[in-house]
Amino acid sequence: MTLPPPAPPARPVFRAEGVTRVYRTGAVEVRALRGIDLDLYEGEMVVLLGASGSGKSTLLNILGGLDRPTGGRVFFRDTELTNASEAALTAFRRAHVGFVFQFYNLVPSLTARENVALVTEIATTPMRPEEALERVGLSHRLNHFPAELSGGEQQRVAIARAIAKRPDVLLCDEPTGALDIATGAQVLEALHSVNRDLGTATVLITHNAVIQRIAHRVVVLADGQVVRDEAVTDRLQPADLTW
Amino acid sequence: MVRALDRKLLRDLTRIWAQALAIALVLGCGIMVLVGAQATLRTLDLTLAAYYDRARFADVFTTLKRAPRFVLEEVARIDGVAQVEGRITTLALVRVDGMAVPATGQVVSYAADGAVLNLPILRRGRMPLPDRLDEVALSEPFAEAHGLVPGTHLGVILGGELRELTVTGWVLSPEFVYALGPGSLMPDDRRFGILFMPDRAVAAATDMAGAVNQISLRLMREADARQVAAELDRILAPYGGTGAHDRERQQSHAFLTSEMHQLSAMSTYAPPVFLLVSAFLVNMVLGRLIALERPQIGLLKAVGYSTREIAWHYLKLALLIGVIGIAAGWAAGFWMADGMIGLYAEYFRFPFVIRAANPSALVISAALALAVAALGGGRAVWQSVRLPAAEAMRPPAPALFSRGVLDRALEAMRLRQTAVMIARSILRWPGRAAITLFGVSASVAVLVMSYFMFDSASLLGNSIFGAANRQDLTLGLTEPAGEAVLLAARALPGVLKVEPGYAIPARLVNGTAERLSAVQAHWEGETLARLVDDRGREVALPPHGLVLPEKLAQVLKVGPGSWLEVQLLAPPRETLRLPVTAVFAQGLGQEAHIAAPALFAALRSAPQVSHLHLSLDTSARAALDDRLGSLPAVSGLIDWAEVERQFRTLLRENLLTMVTIYTAIGMMIAVGVIYNAAQILLSERSYELATLRVLGFSRHEVAFVLVGEMMLLTLVAIPVGWLVGTWLAQGMVSAVSTDIMQLPFAISRRTYALAGVAALVAAFGSVTLVRRRLDRIDLVSALKSRE
Repeated sequence: MTLPPPAPPARPVFRAEGVTRVYRTGAVEVRALRGIDLDLYEGEMVVLLGASGSGKSTLLNILGGLDRPTGGRVFFRDTELTNASEAALTAFRRAHVGFVFQFYNLVPSLTARENVALVTEIATTPMRPEEALERVGLSHRLNHFPAELSGGEQQRVAIARAIAKRPDVLLCDEPTGALDIATGAQVLEALHSVNRDLGTATVLITHNAVIQRIAHRVVVLADGQVVRDEAVTDRLQPADLTW
Repeated sequence: MVRALDRKLLRDLTRIWAQALAIALVLGCGIMVLVGAQATLRTLDLTLAAYYDRARFADVFTTLKRAPRFVLEEVARIDGVAQVEGRITTLALVRVDGMAVPATGQVVSYAADGAVLNLPILRRGRMPLPDRLDEVALSEPFAEAHGLVPGTHLGVILGGELRELTVTGWVLSPEFVYALGPGSLMPDDRRFGILFMPDRAVAAATDMAGAVNQISLRLMREADARQVAAELDRILAPYGGTGAHDRERQQSHAFLTSEMHQLSAMSTYAPPVFLLVSAFLVNMVLGRLIALERPQIGLLKAVGYSTREIAWHYLKLALLIGVIGIAAGWAAGFWMADGMIGLYAEYFRFPFVIRAANPSALVISAALALAVAALGGGRAVWQSVRLPAAEAMRPPAPALFSRGVLDRALEAMRLRQTAVMIARSILRWPGRAAITLFGVSASVAVLVMSYFMFDSASLLGNSIFGAANRQDLTLGLTEPAGEAVLLAARALPGVLKVEPGYAIPARLVNGTAERLSAVQAHWEGETLARLVDDRGREVALPPHGLVLPEKLAQVLKVGPGSWLEVQLLAPPRETLRLPVTAVFAQGLGQEAHIAAPALFAALRSAPQVSHLHLSLDTSARAALDDRLGSLPAVSGLIDWAEVERQFRTLLRENLLTMVTIYTAIGMMIAVGVIYNAAQILLSERSYELATLRVLGFSRHEVAFVLVGEMMLLTLVAIPVGWLVGTWLAQGMVSAVSTDIMQLPFAISRRTYALAGVAALVAAFGSVTLVRRRLDRIDLVSALKSRE
């Protein structure tokens, strides 16, 4: 079953203008991003595709306020992030961004519920941890520690943790990279429903091209530049993906 | 050619240099105390031995009333006696410029034609000429304190007559290494000095021509000092012998050995604490280092290194840390010995110092340090190198947490999740938390154990000056007198109140146990000089019988209800049998006490007075001093305000130096422990903590997880340290107590507070150092790298 195209995009959540990022390690200079122009809109789900070293993660980190560009400008709505202070970036992440990583990054000493509570305790209008976990289908695993959960379950806890504060954007770096097909599909399903039900703008990094079919739009990076940016016309439900 | 593996070792060490240094310094502290105290002891030992030998310090000493010189021949015939020296000694008042009250001088005669024992060692000028009656050599500290250079004239009241003497030289004597004036608590070079004069001059001044009142003996190697002393007492009984004693009871020597005893106690008590803490630290740090090196261990095994080779490789790292600790400890130990010998030189006067290390202390400390390092490292090494190569190359399984009763308790407390992380980390690794807790509490304990000495000393001071001795002045009389002397004293200028005092030298005997001591009589209703215990509480004297200090009762093996034979060693020289009616704890002093009516009833005599306690109107002090300077009946005086001032000054000066040193040492332990624990915590959880930053936690909020755990453990450790410190202090009290002085046991709130604050500061400082690394953590790379 294919999904309808998204409603016409309202206004950009993120705007990147000519963003570059250069890393210097000793004498070596690595140009990770070479002038990226990109807008991301409210409610949109975008898949960032590209080979290793194409600059996907660097771009995601800059959008998420974990890193600053070397050149160009980055806006979150009307706020410029380009030269924001460390404290301002922390406040930005705290208020607006939900992160999901390849290796889940759960705190091993906290249970599923507590990992989510970790974030709801510092958010302004969070949902209850139990509600967030219910959204990812983990109501029955509230009191389990990460080591007692499967990889897919751990990643879904990470998603619950990311959405519990009702973020404006969800940034996911290879969320299914460490998972097999079935569990990967479950995780994608969770992300998909969050995007659909809460309208959270979602950016999803993957180098698995199949996954682009669940997005509204796919942006392909190569060598630090956007080489393709197009809407997905024949969207699929995560459960229908095969790879 | 350095092997590749050794190169890796050195690089590992440079990488963890701060942690290794922290351990080495803790280890070094223990070694420093051991080596320093032992080197000081050895130096004192060798110096004393050489000094005693060179100055022919006698083995047996006795004082008597007066004996003709020919008695010396009979004494020389006692079996085992090698040499005999007889002389005259008496007290004199010395008028010194700039001092209102005359100083007390102990006049000692010496055989100008060739003394054989207790030779004064000339330091400056010359000895008085044998036939001069007006020349004197002074003890160096006294002369130095007043600038009495050879050629200076000195007014001395000797034999009830003011004489003008000329100083010819400065000397030191093995009998007066620790020169304590009559009634003094500590040496006072300004108020007490030794005056050496030719025997003719002293005999003439004291009307003792052809007689002696002090005899010293040097024994043959195999002689039995006790037997010789008994024989000597028998011979001297008709001449007013006050009981012969060996070196152990010679005042200067007794103080020296008492000091050395305390030093030796210190060197046994402190080092084990440090060594134990270092062992745990080595274990903790090496355990972590090896955990990080697991893949490399696997690799080394895979390429063919044997388990033994790998284990030895890591053990070498532990031993290397030990070696650094040894080097630092030895160096600091010698430095400490130097400082302590300098400190001792202020109270103990030696003509020379033979500096020496104690080789066995060096060997033992090195062996202990290496053993501690090997033991601490061994466990960590063993756990890792046992793993099969393939397993070692895989990262360790993640820590498993599970819910238990404690988790429900945590939930009930509704803590923030960062607080829950702290609690779980402690509960998940209780062993590691215990090491941290143990280390910090050891630091607090060491501080309590060091600081409490000042509480005890100050309590002792309060007891001596606040409760026991409230008189302004104590006058010693040349001869005991009847109670009429009280009226005469009352008539002196400025005297508000006079109370009598009486003390008589005595040998206390209970079967084979005996002790040279004195019996002190106390009058009912005394308010100036009272008998108090070590906490300043008045001791009520029963109407009959003796009251003994605990230590003396122990030596004599008596208790309330026992009977003691009391041989009085001064007129009337009777032997009494008196019951012991009570025993009490006394800080300073080893005399038996008795109610005056009971003593004089037993002696069938009218009450006698040997010294007077005066309370004064201070405005008339100058007039009184003037009168005292010319009173032949007064043989010496104690100015209690002055004694107290000295005591407090000594305490304060020592306090400043020792508190600084002990605080540094104690804090060193806390720094070593917390720095290492925090460092390990950070390296294990940097991934987790970086995640928190990514999730939007501020630096402070993330640092809370690290700082909070360390400070929580520190807070828990402090009361534990107080307990352990109190326990150690109790052990210390009995270890440092000597015949001469028993410290009362007291720990003030200030001591506990200081120790706690020092540990808190040290812990917070070290965790802050580590926190700086956390603040600089690179979020992106921390997220990418999983160990």
